[in-house]
Order: sequence, then C-alpha cells, then structure tokens
Amino acid sequence: MNWLAIAAIYKFEMSRWFRTIGQSVASPVLSTSLYFIVFGAAIGARMGAIDGVAYGAFIIPGLMMLSILNESIGNASFGIYFPKWSGTIFEILSAPVSWGEMLLGYVGAATTKSMLLGALILVTARVFVPYEIAHPFWMLCFLLLTAASFSLFGFLIGIWADSWEKLQTIPMLVITPLTFLGGAFYSIDMLPSPWRELTFFNPVVYLISGFRWSFYGVSDVQIEISLAAILGFLTACILTARWMILSGYRLKR
Amino acid sequence: MAAVMEARACATAEPIVSVRGLTKTYANGFSALKGIDLDIRRGEIFALLGPNGAGKTTLISIICGIVNASSGSVVADGFDNVREFRGARARIGLVPQELHTDAFETVWATCNFSRGLFGFKPNPAHVEQVLKDLSLWDKRNDKIMTLSGGMKRRVLIAKALAHEPSILFLDEPTAGVDVELRHDMWNVVRRLRERGVTIILTTHYIEEAEEMADRVGVILKGEIILVEDKATLMQKLGKRELNLHLCERLESVPEMLADLKLELDAAGTLLIYRFDALSESTGISELLNRLAAQGIGFRDLRTSESTLEEIFVSLVRERA
Ligand SMILES: Nc1ncnc2c1ncn2[C@@H]1O[C@H](COP(=O)(O)OP(=O)(O)O)[C@@H](O)[C@H]1O
Ligand SMILES: [Mg+2]
Repeated sequence: MNWLAIAAIYKFEMSRWFRTIGQSVASPVLSTSLYFIVFGAAIGARMGAIDGVAYGAFIIPGLMMLSILNESIGNASFGIYFPKWSGTIFEILSAPVSWGEMLLGYVGAATTKSMLLGALILVTARVFVPYEIAHPFWMLCFLLLTAASFSLFGFLIGIWADSWEKLQTIPMLVITPLTFLGGAFYSIDMLPSPWRELTFFNPVVYLISGFRWSFYGVSDVQIEISLAAILGFLTACILTARWMILSGYRLKR
Repeated sequence: MAAVMEARACATAEPIVSVRGLTKTYANGFSALKGIDLDIRRGEIFALLGPNGAGKTTLISIICGIVNASSGSVVADGFDNVREFRGARARIGLVPQELHTDAFETVWATCNFSRGLFGFKPNPAHVEQVLKDLSLWDKRNDKIMTLSGGMKRRVLIAKALAHEPSILFLDEPTAGVDVELRHDMWNVVRRLRERGVTIILTTHYIEEAEEMADRVGVILKGEIILVEDKATLMQKLGKRELNLHLCERLESVPEMLADLKLELDAAGTLLIYRFDALSESTGISELLNRLAAQGIGFRDLRTSESTLEEIFVSLVRERA
C-alpha cells in the first residue's frame, strides 16, 4: 500500500479546500440558515408535528443530506476534473498509485470535507431549533456512508465529464430534484398515491429516511433497507471507479 | 580505459527499458506508433530524435503509463509497466513537453507532493538540493502561477527529481527555453548521469542530440528507423554543402579541380562542394586557395546544412 501517496493526494485536496475556506463553508451554512428561517421558523410555525417531531426539527436531517450530497458531488467531481482539464493528471497517472489508493486520497478528502460540513450544519441548526439525536452512532454511520458514496459518485462524474457544462449539469439536473423529492421537507406518507409508490425508486429517499431515523427514531423506510441501499450504491460506485481507473476511461488516451 | 570498460559493461548488461512491438492507434483511428522495438541501456543518455508528429511523446507517454498502448509491451528495470506498474513507475520520472503545473501550490509544496505521490518519505534536504541545482531555491515559497514559462519548466524538472528516479524522461526539454536554463539543465543531466541515472530525452534538434546523448534513436512516422551510437550517426548526419556563386559562367568543372568532389549546376554559375563538417579537415581552405590560383572569382558563398527532414529522407532511402 502506498500510504505516502494517499497522504499526498489527501493533503493536496484538503489544502485546496482550506485555501478557499470562507467560500467552502460560508455558502452551505448560509443556504441552510435560510432554509431554517423560511421552512423551520416561518412556515414550520404553522405546520403540525410530523410523526411526533416538530417541523423545524423534522427537516434537519433532510437539509443536512441535501448539503452533503451537493458538497460531496461538487467537491469530488471538481477534484478529479480539474487536473484532467489542466493536464496535471499526468503525474497521478504516472505515479505508482493503484486505483484504490487514488480513491482513498481523492474520495477520502471529499468525504472529510462533507463530514466537517455536516457537523457545521448541525451546529448552525442548533441556533434555530432544538433537537436531539436518538442514535448518535448510527447518525455518524449514515453520515459517513452518505458522504463517502456520494463523493465517490462525484468522482465518477468528474472522470466522465469532458466539459465544464457536463460537470455542472448532473448535480443540477439529477441530484437537486432527487433530494427535493426525497422527503427532505415532508414525510413520504404525506404524498398521495401513485407518487408515494414512485418515490421508492428514488435512492435519496432511503438516505434521508435512514438518517432521520438516527435522529428521531422514526422513518419512512425500514432502517435495514436504508442501510442496504446505501451500501449497494457505495459498492456500485466503487466497482465503476475501479473499472474507470484501470481501463483509463476518459483519463488516458 | 575505465570509461571503455564501463561502456562495454553497459553494452552487455540487461537493458533498463525494453520496448517490444509497441503500437498505438488513437481513438480517431490515427496510427501514431507502428511496432516500436527499443532497448535503452542502463546509465546512458539516449536521445529520441524525430520531427514533430513522429510519435515521440506518444512513445514516452505509454512507457510512463499516461497513454494506453494498443499492443506490445514495456519492461522497465525488470517490471512490466502494466502488470507490475508499481515497480516500473516508482523508478521513472517524467518531465512532460507541456507545462502542466498546478497554479496555487508553492514550488516547495508541489515538489514534496511529487515525492509523496511516488511513495518516498519526506526528505527536505534532498528537495532543497534539487531546488538549488535548478536555481529555484529563492522561489520556493512562490505560487507556481506567478512564475514564468522557463521557471515552470524548472519546476517540472524539480518535481520529477524530487522522487529520485533511476530512469528520467525529458520530453523536448529545451523547446522554448532560454540559454541559461539549457545550461543549468545540461549540468543537472550530467550530474544525474554520473550518479547512474538513465536519461531519455526527445528532441527535434540534431544539435541537442549531438551535445548530450550517448546514443541516438531516430523516429519517423511512428517507426524507429535507426538506433546508433552518437559518433556513428553524427558522421552520417554531418554532411554539408558549400555553394559558390560564380562571377562568370563555367562550361565545366576545371581540370585542375577535378580531384575535388565538385559539381556544377546546369546554368554553370553555381559550384557545389560537399564535405563532412565533423572531419578533421573539411578541405574548404584548400578549395578556396585553388580557386584563387585558377582566377575563378565568386560573388557569394554559402554553406547549407542538410535539414533534419532531408536527413530523415536520406536515411529512409538508405534503409530501403
Ligand atoms: N489524442 C490524440 N488523438 C489523435 N491523434 C493524436 C493524439 N495525440 C497525438 N496524436 C497524433 O499522433 C502523432 C504523434 O504525436 P506525438 O507523439 O505528440 O508526436 P511528437 O511528440 O513526436 O511530436 C501526431 O500526428 C499527432 O497528431
Ligand atoms: Mg512531442
């Protein structure tokens, strides 16, 4: 195992983030604060509790997921797309670094950033609404699994994208709708049929539901199913990344 | 004497890089390499000489793992560069043709990054020495984007040397580079070689190959058309022409000059003398003396080097 290479890539990616720490942190914190003010305080005051959880608190897990998904994908896709675009990828490709090491470096860094961001949002939320976490261990597990699998997904997008437009369209066109329709702001039970049934094809539903369970002990989906869905997604992403790096898909000519 | 023995030892030793049957067809169907076989000897400076588009960068990129080969194999220091990529790549350093550098990193950080990436423990003293050798020490805390093109090229060399390669590839190292950097670079290259590092450089300047290399390989349209010791090749490449534009027309080459290899053009006003620029005596002063003695005056005199293209063409013909 080339641990020094993993550390080098990880450090490089983290220092890139810290260089623009204001931007990296300010914008997600600001947008979640706005969500809390608008949905939590203004609208939430007129909404009843869902499954016995006050609306302001109910949306916290969903909002965290929303930010984490966006940040994981954005960060990881940029992290690999940029060296591809600027040409500095030559050094990574010519180094004694295996596909797994490459993933650990790039995706590990993106995951760390998302976890830090998640913690920050949790603290911010505290300012607006009181909440408690029923299963802190599982909360961390879900956070880690989500951050890791979507950072991996972002990494795949970064390799796949061959223009800046493509790099930005996927998160915008696919992820944002999926998260909004994934039960961040409502319980799946509140949807009429057939929307409720259709929702179960949305992978994000499983994430948000599982995550919410770790907070409040209530969920739309069975927790085992949520866990299995995330693990399945993670595995699929790892296998795709492995294939892409080994074959040199859109990395090597 | 020692040098001769060393040279012999090199010649018989296992090649440090061995390329067999290498082909590359790009996605657009263009065939950039057509079956390359090449052995690089341990510790030599090898120049890969060829015009633009010959396939030099493609060949180097495949050896270094940046481009996938279509077929064929590369073995570096005993390691297959695909199946045992870790062993092969840990020994290879690459300075690419294009100035692909990070923008926001400092010189110091980017060199240490390279070192780590290739699995080497931090060694500030080594990186410091490399930066000093390349006159980059004063710039170590500067962001790379603030540096000039020449400085960026130095940074790329420093990055490659930071991970102590035993095989170093320099792709067109002096293209668009100032005299000072050329000078620094050749000093660094010589020192590396003294330490036993094998160096492979590509160039489309004959002079560069002549100045540095022990052996030269000529590549043309995706094929290696010859590999020779430099001295042998330079003799082949050293043919020049001296053109004398005469004041008065001549019917034929005068009797008195018949022993010199002279040629007269159809118009009878241009006298052409072919000579070997690398030989001890070119015979030019002899020729001029005898022209003066004959009272043959000339308005203008010019020597022309064969261009690389012409030499390639003649080499191809010779081979056919
Ligand atoms: N990605 C690519 N797709 C198609 N053709 C390419 C690509 N890269 C290089 N070529 C072609 O392959 C040939 C060899 O290129 P290269 O190896 O860069 O030559 P050199 O380094 O000797 O100048 C050139 O004709 C070039 O146009
Ligand atoms: Mg080239």
